Amino acid sequence: MTELGIVKLHEMLKNGEITSDDLIKESLIKSHKLNETCNAFVTIIDDAKSNEVTDNLLSGIPYGIKDNYSTKGILSTGSSNTLKDYIPFFDATAVANLKASGAVGVNKTAMDEFGMGGTGTTAHTGIIRNPWDLSRSCAGSSSGSAAAVAAGIYPYALGSDTGDSIRKPAAFCGIVGYKPTYGMISRYGLFPFASSLDTCGVLTRSVEDAAIVVDAMKGQDQKDATSWDSRNIHLYESLNGNVKGKKLFFIKEIVDIVNYPNATEALIKHLENFHKSLDILSSSGVEIDEVSIDKELLKVIPSVYVCLSCAEATSNLSNMTGIIFGPRGQGDNVFDMMKDHRTKGFSPLIKRRFVIGSYILQKENQERYFVGAQKARRLIVDKMKELFKTYNALILPVSTGPAPLLNTEKDQLNDDDTLLLEEHLQIGNFGGFPSITIPNGLINNLPVGINITGNCKDDVSVLNIAYALESKMNYKDMVVKDE
Amino acid sequence: MNKQKVVIGLEMHCEMTSNSKVFSSARNSYNELANDNVAPLDMAFPGTLPTLNKECVRKAILMSLALKCSVPQYFYFDRKNYYYPDLPKGYQITQMHDPIGVNGKVIIDCNGEEKTVLIHDIHLEEDSASLDHYSDATLIDYNRSGVPLLELVTEPCLNSADEAVAFLEGMRRIYQYLDVSDADTKKGQIRCDVNVSITDEDSTTLGTKVEIKNINSFANVREAINYEVHRQIKLKEEGRYDEVEQETRRFDEESGTTIRMRGKVDAIDYKYFVEPNLPKYKITPEYLDKIRKNIPMLPRDRKLNYINKYNLTELEASLIIKDKDYADYFDESINIGIDVKSAYNWLVGNITSYLYKEDITLKDFFITPTYLKEIIDAINNNTISSKQAKEIFNESLSTNKEPKEFISNNTQVSNKDELETIIDNILTNNTKQIEDYKNGRTNLFDYFVGQVMRETKGKANPVITKEILKDKLDS
Repeated sequence: MTELGIVKLHEMLKNGEITSDDLIKESLIKSHKLNETCNAFVTIIDDAKSNEVTDNLLSGIPYGIKDNYSTKGILSTGSSNTLKDYIPFFDATAVANLKASGAVGVNKTAMDEFGMGGTGTTAHTGIIRNPWDLSRSCAGSSSGSAAAVAAGIYPYALGSDTGDSIRKPAAFCGIVGYKPTYGMISRYGLFPFASSLDTCGVLTRSVEDAAIVVDAMKGQDQKDATSWDSRNIHLYESLNGNVKGKKLFFIKEIVDIVNYPNATEALIKHLENFHKSLDILSSSGVEIDEVSIDKELLKVIPSVYVCLSCAEATSNLSNMTGIIFGPRGQGDNVFDMMKDHRTKGFSPLIKRRFVIGSYILQKENQERYFVGAQKARRLIVDKMKELFKTYNALILPVSTGPAPLLNTEKDQLNDDDTLLLEEHLQIGNFGGFPSITIPNGLINNLPVGINITGNCKDDVSVLNIAYALESKMNYKDMVVKDE
Repeated sequence: MNKQKVVIGLEMHCEMTSNSKVFSSARNSYNELANDNVAPLDMAFPGTLPTLNKECVRKAILMSLALKCSVPQYFYFDRKNYYYPDLPKGYQITQMHDPIGVNGKVIIDCNGEEKTVLIHDIHLEEDSASLDHYSDATLIDYNRSGVPLLELVTEPCLNSADEAVAFLEGMRRIYQYLDVSDADTKKGQIRCDVNVSITDEDSTTLGTKVEIKNINSFANVREAINYEVHRQIKLKEEGRYDEVEQETRRFDEESGTTIRMRGKVDAIDYKYFVEPNLPKYKITPEYLDKIRKNIPMLPRDRKLNYINKYNLTELEASLIIKDKDYADYFDESINIGIDVKSAYNWLVGNITSYLYKEDITLKDFFITPTYLKEIIDAINNNTISSKQAKEIFNESLSTNKEPKEFISNNTQVSNKDELETIIDNILTNNTKQIEDYKNGRTNLFDYFVGQVMRETKGKANPVITKEILKDKLDS
């Protein structure tokens, strides 16, 4: 039953066909099974209690929580050894909001350590595998959430997105990944990676479910000064599939096949498939334009992201000292103890980011790297805002095709060639734009995704376009079948 | 060697008063119980976020305007990144790029001379936790973590330890008068960093700057400066000025000396960047005007007022303004019609000695200016003597009852007819004494006064009594 959508489950709970208890038990059993193959969870909450079924659509229904959300009384590690035994005494606001809706958290999903990775290979509990093909990556960092939702363990799991951490794993796992406008959901209780980019969101198997869940998670929070009042936005109620007259654009420099002289067969198919999706939207009355943007500006996106995210991360994670929480380090003095805690606790990849971040923030480098990156971010966002005056949203394919194999170090193509295709989702974080990925095809029996990104606070348009496209394709509610 | 000029710049950190901390909901109050005023943010638990206490911003702007600083258009914070066990987040939220006030000035009085001190900037930030060192362990108390701090930085424009201390005392009063801080050094609410250099008196370039960090009392500021000046001059005299290094030192209270902590090359790079969790916001001109209109008169202006308007001497005026409670008490007394001289005398006399004896402040003092006026009025219309006034003052305080109640029971006998009757009666019964008096034993006059006092239980108006007696005896 747990592979069904929220509305259907609610209906069944309401008319007594199933109970919350049934759902929780089923979800827990499936969690244990998936963990054996995919390593999707840090914690399975075996004593999760069923909840009363009310008129709230989420009541009594199980869900997964990414392990970088603070959960009261439940281990929350951020998939890091620095917090391997950390049990918070407070709930993240988003989790508290879901609790108030009657939703039941059944597991904490594994992730790239503190969200700082896109492969699912850096969790302290081991490599997270893609349920579609265990030899493949889920992407990251919301890897466990994506794997669990794709495997039908529950209708939804929470994710967080700093560069593409919800939207890329969603694409590789054949599900929906929605990152709302920055500040719509409170970040209080989300372990920070890069505060100006971090966004809470959700992974589901349908646009409808994404709307329902974010409706419940969102809201202005006294504890997060960057959150805003969205009481007038009703995502689920606003889904009507009416997209006639909406205007979309895609970026020629990212999508045009001529940019990729060494394109793999998968990439060629992926881009063809992208255009098929555009045709579907066109036939629904959506206007779609190809827009050209200065390639010099686009090319800096990945470096801008690295500069800003690493700089903020090195500062944000300075609280990891092993003094107040986390395993106490060894040493003759407090500085050696902190150093020992961090040396042993963080994976090499994160340390690399800290080094980059510190380098960028150094007095002598700040102007060149950090301030430069901030200016470039502003230019990119301004360009997008200008386009959003004409268009409702940007539409682009996600990545270069289906999920890559875990044992390939890099893509077969020269990194530089396809870098833009891999990293363009970061635009959504630069501007705090609402952005959603939905599955739009299968290539070699593996899912691929398409992304729609709109202007700040215009989540309704973004969801409606995705909703319309989803309804004309056969990838809604896709679940990985047991072999 | 040329005569040397001392150049000093100060950084003054002052803990602000507020209900809650600057970025969390924990209480901001002096608390003997360790780790009691703590919210999750104050210990940097993962996922906690700062939220801004707007009242602290208002007070910061108030100080900025009072010091005639320019206020930036936008309000935002920066992070100052460094690792230290008293800094749970691993960074301090402060203002580096756009402090709440820049380029201000304040006039101080030092040894009878006026001096303008230039303010480089004043900014709002958070305090760190406090460390309690023991022989075998160090304990961390997070009560102070996140307490709002104002840091004030002067230009290097002070030229002696006296000026530095006069400035600090002047500033402390301003903080108190503006109700921004209790500014109590005993509670560690003020801490200072001092920058000291020397240079030839006629030189326009500054010498090598030495910073002495974290001095916790004004007396120590004086001592540290004097020691440091002495050290630098001595090295210069000996031709070893190149040994004065740009460095950070600390003041050692026990030896009264400064001790090197680190040199310039070891200076920490704080990697400042804009705090992303607290959105930048616009400070509107209307908001500034509203605050500007409510700046109370600063202590120095009040002092000048007392001198010019009430003819108090510099010393008297200084005594009154030393403490805002005093100045407020004094002003209120004048406002309700107590004459300047009485108000001053009572305040620095009976009231001060009572407060001192009881170890309380004017805030907890029972006799308000209104009550004081009851006593003073009674003296002025000869209802009571000044000796009785003192007694009523004490009785009112010991019983917490309005002075008026004691005044009615103490009415002086001033009625001339009544007194004459009493005196006539006494004289009739003391004919021998009258004779002796008339024969030259003039000291018997006091005997007659004493008799009248005995008869009236001390209530006879002594002046009138003496007049009548003199009349009768000398006639």
